[in-house]
Amino acid sequence: MKILIPFFAVIALVVIALVGAQASHALFGIWIPYAAVLIFVFGFIFKVLKWGRSPVPFRIPTTAGQMKSFAPWIKQNKLDNPSSSLGVLGRMLLEVLAFRSLFRNTKTQLYPGTKLTYGSEKFLWLGGLAFHWSFLIIFVRHFRFFMQDVPYPIQIVEHLDSFLQIGAPLLYITDVVLLGAVTFLFLRRVMMPQIKYISLPADYFPLLLIFGIGATGVLMRYFAKVPVVSVKELVMGLLTFSPVIPQGISSLFYAHLFLVSTLLAYFPLSKLMHMGGVFLSPTRNMANNNREVRHINPWNYPVHVHTYEEYEDDFREKMKKAGLPVEKE
Amino acid sequence: MNNAWKIVIGVVIGFVAVFGFPFYYNLGKANVAPKLKYDTPAILEYEKEHGKKECVEPKEFMAKEHMQLLNTWRDEVVRYGQRIYVNSRGESFHISLQNTCLNCHSNKKEFCDKCHNYLAVNPYCFSCHIVPKEKQS
Ligand code: HEC
Ligand code: HEC
Ligand code: HEC
Repeated sequence: MKILIPFFAVIALVVIALVGAQASHALFGIWIPYAAVLIFVFGFIFKVLKWGRSPVPFRIPTTAGQMKSFAPWIKQNKLDNPSSSLGVLGRMLLEVLAFRSLFRNTKTQLYPGTKLTYGSEKFLWLGGLAFHWSFLIIFVRHFRFFMQDVPYPIQIVEHLDSFLQIGAPLLYITDVVLLGAVTFLFLRRVMMPQIKYISLPADYFPLLLIFGIGATGVLMRYFAKVPVVSVKELVMGLLTFSPVIPQGISSLFYAHLFLVSTLLAYFPLSKLMHMGGVFLSPTRNMANNNREVRHINPWNYPVHVHTYEEYEDDFREKMKKAGLPVEKE
Repeated sequence: MNNAWKIVIGVVIGFVAVFGFPFYYNLGKANVAPKLKYDTPAILEYEKEHGKKECVEPKEFMAKEHMQLLNTWRDEVVRYGQRIYVNSRGESFHISLQNTCLNCHSNKKEFCDKCHNYLAVNPYCFSCHIVPKEKQS
């Protein structure tokens, strides 16, 4: 059930778009995409600002390297245990661009008897990298539909992506990698019992949705082709706030657009918010300078304390009588 | 204490700079699809003979599938030595990029390139194939 519900949800979305676009091109080509972008932008900002208002905890030094020490012969691991903002920036960049935490992923196995072993497990890291990077490249490539004169850097990306020069139109490497990686990430959840046990519909849904987006895109480019010039006209109409619905675009395109709109609207409500959230992970974004800098609990309120001097003032005479030493005569 | 100001900066960079890019990049630009011209000498001559302007295949098919058609043409010639293409109307054409396509569409800059520049497509064919001298009416 945990798999079937998101599976049929994605199928339903495709069917809704295929049927609905016949009835109203404007709804699926203009209004739903606009609504989705609004939900995405404001939902994202709302979520992030809400997180931003929460107090920052004490520095969490759960790191994977030697911290900065007073002893000069102990070498600090500046990337894994940074004590400066620059080091934190480096660690964050590497995390976002290379997924170093996933590199440390381990797998646990119970051998007959009670022998428990931990082994390295790099496939999640590899699959994640392949997935996210090809997604990013595909996103960047799509900017050729979003700009009247396509800037040179975007053409370079497209050129590199198609440099194998297979078929016509040219095969994009990232199309293959993305679909492969999503399939792998999906199968991983289905086939590994431990992962399957902790997976929820909210884990399967984004994977299936993104597979649907990739599949409709691939269909449109290589198999059931759509008139790309008209597609760009539609998209440019949206971006210049003078929407148009050109003739002759098949429902397949509207299905693609509807799935993307769903993804955008679903984004701020779901685990996909890790796009913004990764920058807020306390174990990644805080310098470990606990011993160099005094960290005062930010939500301390002023407490009235009774100091020793005041105590002595109160009891000086009695203390002298009892023969106790006092600091002030 | 919290990180609100850093987050505001992040949001500004993330949303205004990256996701807003297509919106402000296109500010003030008109949404114009390329206008294609079909008045080259060869097309006008074809019109005189056949009574109307036509491509090798119907226009809708050509707009979507011309790259696939060219690919099949190339395979026909270089793999199977087949140099005649019979289209869906039963007319036959000599299979050639330079001498058939670009004979009719002899205004490559105003035709193929117009569309391709609009969508940043850059076919690598013309690093080998020669573009005949531009002829426009
Ligand atoms: C209606 C606009 C239009 C016209 C006119 C046009 N093309 Fe294209 N062409 C395209 C589009 C769009 C693509 C890429 C499709 C894609 O990226 O999905 C393309 C792709 C190609 C490709 C495949 C190249 C690649 O990198 O994938 C070739 C080859 C090609 N066109 C040749 C020609 C030739 C030759 C002419 C002129 C006789 C021509 N085209 C005219 C729109 C056009
Ligand atoms: C006999 C002359 C002739 C030949 C040969 C020819 N074309 Fe065309 N082509 C035309 C005409 C005329 C049109 C416009 C058709 C119409 O308006 O119905 C056209 C339309 C097109 C279009 C569609 C443009 C649009 O508005 O969407 C493309 C793409 C195209 N041709 C590419 C090619 C390619 C590639 C070849 C070679 C395989 C080729 N043509 C060969 C005359 C020709
Ligand atoms: C490496 C150089 C090279 C490139 C790049 C190249 N071709 Fe060719 N092409 C040839 C050669 C050589 C022939 C064989 C010519 C012959 O036998 O008439 C040929 C033949 C063809 C033919 C059939 C014959 C003719 O005269 O047109 C077509 C169609 C064709 N190529 C299309 C393409 C298309 C479309 C592209 C781009 C996607 C392309 N070619 C890229 C070298 C190239």
